[in-house]
Amino acid sequence: MARVIAGVGTSHTPAIGAAVDNGKTDQPYWQPLFRGYEPAKQWMAKTAPDVVIMVYNDHVNAFDFKVIPTFALGCAQDFPIADEGWGPRPVPAVKGYPELAAHLIQSLVLDEFDMTIVNEMQVDHGLTVPLTLLFGSPQQWPCRVIPLAVNVVQYPAPTGRRCYQLGQAIRRAVQSWAEDLKVVVFGTGGMSHQIQGPRAGLTNPVFDKAFLDDLSRDPERLSRIPPIEYLREAGAEAIELVMWLLMRGALGPKAEEIYRFYHIPASSTAVGHIILESR
Amino acid sequence: MVADKPYEDIPGTWIFDAERARAGYHLNQFLYTLMQEENRKAFLADERAYLAKFKLSEAQRAAVLERDWNRLLELGAVVYALAKLAFTDGRSYQYMASQMTGMSETEYVDMMLKGGRSPDGWRSKSEREKH
Repeated sequence: MARVIAGVGTSHTPAIGAAVDNGKTDQPYWQPLFRGYEPAKQWMAKTAPDVVIMVYNDHVNAFDFKVIPTFALGCAQDFPIADEGWGPRPVPAVKGYPELAAHLIQSLVLDEFDMTIVNEMQVDHGLTVPLTLLFGSPQQWPCRVIPLAVNVVQYPAPTGRRCYQLGQAIRRAVQSWAEDLKVVVFGTGGMSHQIQGPRAGLTNPVFDKAFLDDLSRDPERLSRIPPIEYLREAGAEAIELVMWLLMRGALGPKAEEIYRFYHIPASSTAVGHIILESR
Repeated sequence: MVADKPYEDIPGTWIFDAERARAGYHLNQFLYTLMQEENRKAFLADERAYLAKFKLSEAQRAAVLERDWNRLLELGAVVYALAKLAFTDGRSYQYMASQMTGMSETEYVDMMLKGGRSPDGWRSKSEREKH
């Protein structure tokens, strides 16, 4: 039986990927951040998942404005790296798992989650930066990756509650797959940040800390945070945190916090990271 | 027209909602084309000619030429598409964000290194006026 064994929450700030790609990780600006992810990389190497389900958002790269799916599951064999405007990141192409993705689609839709099926898709920093942070810079990614793209670009994003419920449905879907697989679910984006308008640069460490605390203590509370509260308290782009709730939902009722890291800044972002194991 | 827009009360912020997305559709589709290197080159070679291929309003066209970032947000550009214009100019997200705040990039980076902007005084328009 396939099992969701753990969840990873992490920011996916594009500047982090650029720092790695341009050899800047030892610079004073970046060193504390990459040091903070070292224990996480060790945990990931030890955990060695067979499959990662990567909950992230596309930033107007795979999807233009013709079609904006709320929940889109990547069912392809390969996902090429997008050129977001400065050339593609020099990282390996992402290998999917079409058979398992097809199973997830069937299970989720019959479980009343109306997923969009994506058979060709480029992936951007929202997906590749978390891979880099947790797996480093290998020649090939060490596991297969199923992308789950959530619309957080055009308001409204799906609510935290809906994301949490979809996570729970993903847990059920994974458990009904016969192959013996270790699955880790990522929730990416956030934490507090705003990258637009005169209010750009907003951060809220108090909000972020409470969010990190309650991922293990009281995820139900987090699932009831209304969209306006993210926007007002934690910045226009902090709405990405609903994707962390999708990850949390997939871990089942109990999750134990294994590691956390918090750091300001990466570009305009308060970077947060957490590892939770399903119990 | 969606009646309930509580986010319109957040100062210094343009939430990319359905109405703004509709107004900005062609603007954002123009920005999307800057994902490709040959388009970036063609745009920089003759911005007006390149823009003529898209159904932009005069105000949108002028704001692109002037790199009037906040005006572009107001006219329906979404920030992630707008970033492609900054990248085409050889600039970063951080540069674009600093321009939107009216700070120099150095001042903006300094603010972030000190922990970023506190939400105090920035939660609502009325709170902003008192501040």
